[in-house]
Amino acid sequence: MSDGQVIIGLEIHCQLDTKTKLFCGCSTDYRDDGPNTHVCPVCLGLPGTMPAVNRRAVEFALKVAKAFHCEIPEECEFSRKNYFYPDLPKGYQITQYDRPLALGGHIVIESEEGGEKKVRLTRIHMEEDPGRLVHCGGGSRARYSLVDYNRSGVPLIEIVTEPDLRSPKEARRLLAKLRATLEYLGVYDYGKEGSLRVDANISIAGHDRVEIKNISSYKGVEKALTFEITRQRSLIRRGASVDRETRHFVEARGTTTASRSKVEEHDYRYFPEPDLPPLRVASWVDDISLPELPDARRERFMSQYGLSVNHARTLTGDLALAEFFEVVAGDDPLLVATWVADILLGELNYRDRSIATVDVARFRSLIALRKAGTITDHSGVEVLRAVLDTPEEPASIVERLGLAVTGEDIVASAIAEVLSEQPQAVADYRAGKGNALNYLAGQVMKKTRGRADPRDVGRRLTEALAE
Amino acid sequence: MVDESDVRRIAELADVGIPAEILPTFTAQFNRILEYFDILDTLGDERTGERSLHTVLREDEVCQSLPNEAVVANAAESEDGFVKAPRVM
Amino acid sequence: MEDRFNAYLLRSEDPGLDSGPLAGRTVAIKDNISTAGLETTCGSRILKGYIPPYDAHVVTLLREAGAAINGKTNLDEFGMGTTTENSGYGPTLNPVDSSRVPGGSSGGSAAAVAAGLADLALGTDTGGSIRCPASFCGIVGLKPTYGRVSRYGLIAYANSLETIGPMARTVADVSALYRVISRPDPRDTTMQGRPYEHDPVASVRGLRIGIPAEFFGAGVDPRVSAKVQEAIETLAGCGAVIVPVSMPSMKYALAAYYITCTSEASSNLARYDGVRFGPGGESQRSWHDAFTAVRGEHFGEEVRRRILLGTFALSAGYYGRYYGKAQTARANVAGDFERLFGSVDLLAGPTMPTVAFRLGELADPLSMYLADVLTVPANLAGIPAISVPCGEVAGLPVGLQLMGRRFDDETVIDAAAAFEAEVTA
Ligand SMILES: [Zn+2]
Repeated sequence: MSDGQVIIGLEIHCQLDTKTKLFCGCSTDYRDDGPNTHVCPVCLGLPGTMPAVNRRAVEFALKVAKAFHCEIPEECEFSRKNYFYPDLPKGYQITQYDRPLALGGHIVIESEEGGEKKVRLTRIHMEEDPGRLVHCGGGSRARYSLVDYNRSGVPLIEIVTEPDLRSPKEARRLLAKLRATLEYLGVYDYGKEGSLRVDANISIAGHDRVEIKNISSYKGVEKALTFEITRQRSLIRRGASVDRETRHFVEARGTTTASRSKVEEHDYRYFPEPDLPPLRVASWVDDISLPELPDARRERFMSQYGLSVNHARTLTGDLALAEFFEVVAGDDPLLVATWVADILLGELNYRDRSIATVDVARFRSLIALRKAGTITDHSGVEVLRAVLDTPEEPASIVERLGLAVTGEDIVASAIAEVLSEQPQAVADYRAGKGNALNYLAGQVMKKTRGRADPRDVGRRLTEALAE
Repeated sequence: MVDESDVRRIAELADVGIPAEILPTFTAQFNRILEYFDILDTLGDERTGERSLHTVLREDEVCQSLPNEAVVANAAESEDGFVKAPRVM
Repeated sequence: MEDRFNAYLLRSEDPGLDSGPLAGRTVAIKDNISTAGLETTCGSRILKGYIPPYDAHVVTLLREAGAAINGKTNLDEFGMGTTTENSGYGPTLNPVDSSRVPGGSSGGSAAAVAAGLADLALGTDTGGSIRCPASFCGIVGLKPTYGRVSRYGLIAYANSLETIGPMARTVADVSALYRVISRPDPRDTTMQGRPYEHDPVASVRGLRIGIPAEFFGAGVDPRVSAKVQEAIETLAGCGAVIVPVSMPSMKYALAAYYITCTSEASSNLARYDGVRFGPGGESQRSWHDAFTAVRGEHFGEEVRRRILLGTFALSAGYYGRYYGKAQTARANVAGDFERLFGSVDLLAGPTMPTVAFRLGELADPLSMYLADVLTVPANLAGIPAISVPCGEVAGLPVGLQLMGRRFDDETVIDAAAAFEAEVTA
């Protein structure tokens, strides 16, 4: 490993989209409800209660393990991780320790060089989420805390990677790939609060490793890692050493800070959960049929629709987006791919909206207008914006804004007018100044208010100037 | 063998208070018990039997949760449906 | 009737139902079993005032069977003791001799039945907690096969060892109560779907009964040994074939038991932090100080000792030597039983090495632990075991212990019924 190389490993907690919690029948759908309303004696840790494992949670975890080519041991086991904290109702968390559900496996991502890279997995295990703490009395001066146990017992899987990642960008790609795969598998709901949380281990080759805890958004991961690399590099440059420590990511500031918790290593006193004898579920794997996953869909988009690898990758990177594309692809998939991947996504990002909010019928009408040549790419964007921001039909938008392409006359007269109004630019062009043509074309586009096709304008302007 | 500081450290890990005045007796009793446990040092690692239990799984079906009043009823203190706990800072 | 023995922590007036297998029978419930609406303290100050919002599965079954639940009985705090002196609410006295302990930890249940305050009682047995007080109070107590009675609602002390079981004055009553409580419960996923539906047949004819030499070794009162040998001869007289056997793993059993139960207990008892139930701490302290204060103040000394022992046995650097080794020993005990049950149908010996102690007699923790040496093997292996009265030594009851194969509680009960019939005839 070359000196100064960045080494990153991730521990990713994902909430499984089951109806009920991991060990009791309480519903996991508490988003709109008050505190402590989805709680029973089990997830409240009342004396005398016992965990009962949710079959679907195990099935979901096995699906993920199979999708990532993990090895499933004949038996796995739950263990108790003992520690005290006010959000932990039983004084221990039921998790998996030395006998996890799945071992090994890998996730394929696009490497920095554009090729494929296998990121190895260490393990995948199941565990329960603790409750949620609300700090009261104002910031760090809080006099007490309030606990909501609605989240207590929600099923999580923890996916641990080997330290195979070499940049924040690769880490983001891994998370994107993971998230897409979980969505394709139908085991994950990105909309749920805290549905994906990441701890990252990061070091610069030859130096100590730092753990960054609890990054709760997946955009945050790239930010946190980028910040941390800069921090560690600057320490090293100054000749200081990087402390082996745990740091917290402060989302609002995009920085990491040293954790205030005790420096000493915790002694979690893991031991097998005595109420849950070993599980024998390895044989279920053969009965699990996986749906088409992102890589397979990308290949299909290329072969079936003739898409470029970049378009195919973008469009299959998100389940809802891939399905949207297939619904609207119609008989001109290349045109649609360009419109969805290059234009629509940008407009949605700008508005911080998801693909699910796009009206399929009106988007199709827009594509039809463009395909018929009624509108240009340029005015099409204007129509798209109106489609996203208003309930108006594309045809009516085109008419209201007068965006329809009106034949050659308007272009011809605009060119004639511009040439007579801009003698200096014409002279510059003839003197060999290349950007004079762009200027003139811009003036023509302005006169046609974008209704003309820019390539058409360029070609005809050149012809007119040659006369 | 453990000494009083070991017992204090274990008590800290277990979040259990052991008053200083009983610590010496407690430590002595602790050591007598540990000494008895030493018999296991003479045992090899080979096992002649196994427990053959396996967990039975539960279906993913929603059951009735408790009403909020019942959740907070046994708590020493509550506020707006939350259970009140000591501060964490 | 007056409770002169402090058998009950709480008495209740549930009339029960007019019909059902237990209609008209009064049942006392050990106070580590959750009862909706009835304070359940586990004999601990840390659960003072705790009212469970749910019934344990066995309590639901009792109610459905028409039983009249007449109260919650005293126990060693969280079941941690062999005398019922470790209760946070004062000791229970032995109805046979009130200067003596009733045994523990189900001492309240045993005393209630022995004193005629209840027809039947539920106890729990982690390392002998049903059989010991049954023996000391002169009643019948069964520790069922692990996984045959739902533990849902039983406040955990050591989950992998303990089970709820019936206590009564006769084997027939023990059997009747066992039938009611051994129904399936999806909330306890260690249950193996093997309900007990047997009517006792009082016969041992042709049964092979093994007598492990280790059950008559050092520490066993010779008068108790002699009494139990007599009982074994009685069984032989009823047609049983007596076979001397040996259980080499016995010498590790008690250490394996105490390491396992304290380890599990140290974790089980972590939830008593004064937040969701029980007497609260001061919420304005920092959490670590608040938890330590609540737990230090409200847990009794024996409970704190076992939490510390278990915490130590599981801690980094000691896990292999203690918890790990204990599991090996445990597997070997199970292996010994399996081997023996290949050639015998039952094993017999004394339930306890002695008769009931005087109050305060066992002041040293280790000497109290040593009293469990004959009962813990059945818990380590999960096999059924019963204690049935077999006479007296110096006016105090002695119990005969019969152990059987896993899920063969039926044969254990049949043999106990045969013995009982023979000695009461
Ligand atoms: Zn619940």
